[in-house]
Amino acid sequence: MATPVLDKVEAEAAASDHLITVTFRIRRFNPEVSADAVWEDFQLEIDPKERVLDGLHKIKWDIDGTLTFRRSCAHGICGSDAMRINGKNRLACKTLIKDINPAKPITVEPIKGLTVLKDLVVDMDPFFQAYRDVMPFLITKDTNEPTRERLQSAEDRERFDDTTKCILCAACTSSCPVFWNDGQYFGPAAIVNAHRFIFDSRDEAGEQRLEILNDRDGVWRCRTTFNCTDACPRGIEVTKAIQEVKRALITRRF
Amino acid sequence: MSTTETPAAGVGPVEGAPLFDVDNPAPLIEAPRKRTKKTPRSTRGNFEMAAWLFMRLSGVVLVVLVLGHLLIQLVLDGGVSKIGFAFVAGRWASPFWQVWDLLMLWLAMLHGANGLRTIINDYAERANTRLWLKGLLYTATVFTILLGSLVIFTFDPNIR
Ligand code: HEM
Ligand code: SF4
Ligand code: FES
Repeated sequence: MATPVLDKVEAEAAASDHLITVTFRIRRFNPEVSADAVWEDFQLEIDPKERVLDGLHKIKWDIDGTLTFRRSCAHGICGSDAMRINGKNRLACKTLIKDINPAKPITVEPIKGLTVLKDLVVDMDPFFQAYRDVMPFLITKDTNEPTRERLQSAEDRERFDDTTKCILCAACTSSCPVFWNDGQYFGPAAIVNAHRFIFDSRDEAGEQRLEILNDRDGVWRCRTTFNCTDACPRGIEVTKAIQEVKRALITRRF
Repeated sequence: MSTTETPAAGVGPVEGAPLFDVDNPAPLIEAPRKRTKKTPRSTRGNFEMAAWLFMRLSGVVLVVLVLGHLLIQLVLDGGVSKIGFAFVAGRWASPFWQVWDLLMLWLAMLHGANGLRTIINDYAERANTRLWLKGLLYTATVFTILLGSLVIFTFDPNIR
């Protein structure tokens, strides 16, 4: 049991060779202390192949335990850690430090357009309200009982494959300038999840969902800015999905 | 020792009484116009779709009308210096240019007004602000369209 300690020290000395010093510039906000948000810098020794989330962990665990952010899976699946990193919405757990120029301070802010509760944590309720409003579940008219498998051809499944990949991280919705200005707009994520059912051959409430998105705050507010497509960590062609919903609305009516 | 309580891990002793608690939460800066369960559902049918289509269709026509108009007025035949009462009177003698200008007036005004409606919807947060700005916009639009149409239809080249 004694030798591993020495080995560990040597190994750590060797391992620290590739560490670099990175500045994390984090937007801090604690309403119980101050009404204003401020930038705070943290210096870290970190492997550039680590992720921004690892840097945030280092800060929270070793430097300042009050730093508040959401994360769960740490592997790009749960969608809890979307944040604005160097001015662009990304998942902290999918962003490698070496990929975002660690020579300059790395800025980390909460996503925009939603109320900041503390540090990087925002109120997601309006986002999930828009999601609920598009009825994101399978609806069938007569056979609600799951008595048998609902079969679907490979082509029919392919039609909406792209939009099944959404993890509801809100990176797209909170990158949309229309949403920043008016939070009553459904936002890209809700439209993506409506698209997932509108174009599913097994679902029978497509018309109803189209009608919901024909609303004043629906798809027609989209100005094809493409911020959502750029932001999506799952590589979903968000703007294209929105345009397909618009086209479906136009072609079903004329 | 008056107390045997150990503070939670990583949290030092807190001085004084906390300013905020569950019944008295700290103030936050709310995002504008949040979506809630009660967000108004609009009953305007296909109006937004029609407006969206109109922007694109009128845009295509306006490319021809506006660029043609700018070319004739500002570039050809000595540019702006040629524009005068006689020049306008000469062009409006032909029904073709009357229709051109009338179409351009209506399309550009409706296109521009609908574009500004979009911008008001984007930026004005309070229902009252929206109402007044849109009222002003629609009044100005109707006035300009009617006045322009009146001039095109009743233009008299012989007035002194
Ligand atoms: C020259 C040909 C034109 C074309 C092809 C064109 C096309 C368009 C299109 C497609 C949009 C919708 C943008 C969107 O929804 O994302 C738009 C918006 C707009 N247009 Fe035009 N347009 C033209 C001329 C004009 C003119 C002459 C005016 C002013 C009278 C005008 C004023 C506006 C305004 C204010 C908007 C709203 C801007 C916004 O949505 O942010 N446009 N235009
Ligand atoms: S579409 Fe992409 S960016 Fe938007 S919520 Fe889903 S995974 Fe996140
Ligand atoms: S922590 Fe789950 S997606 Fe990043």
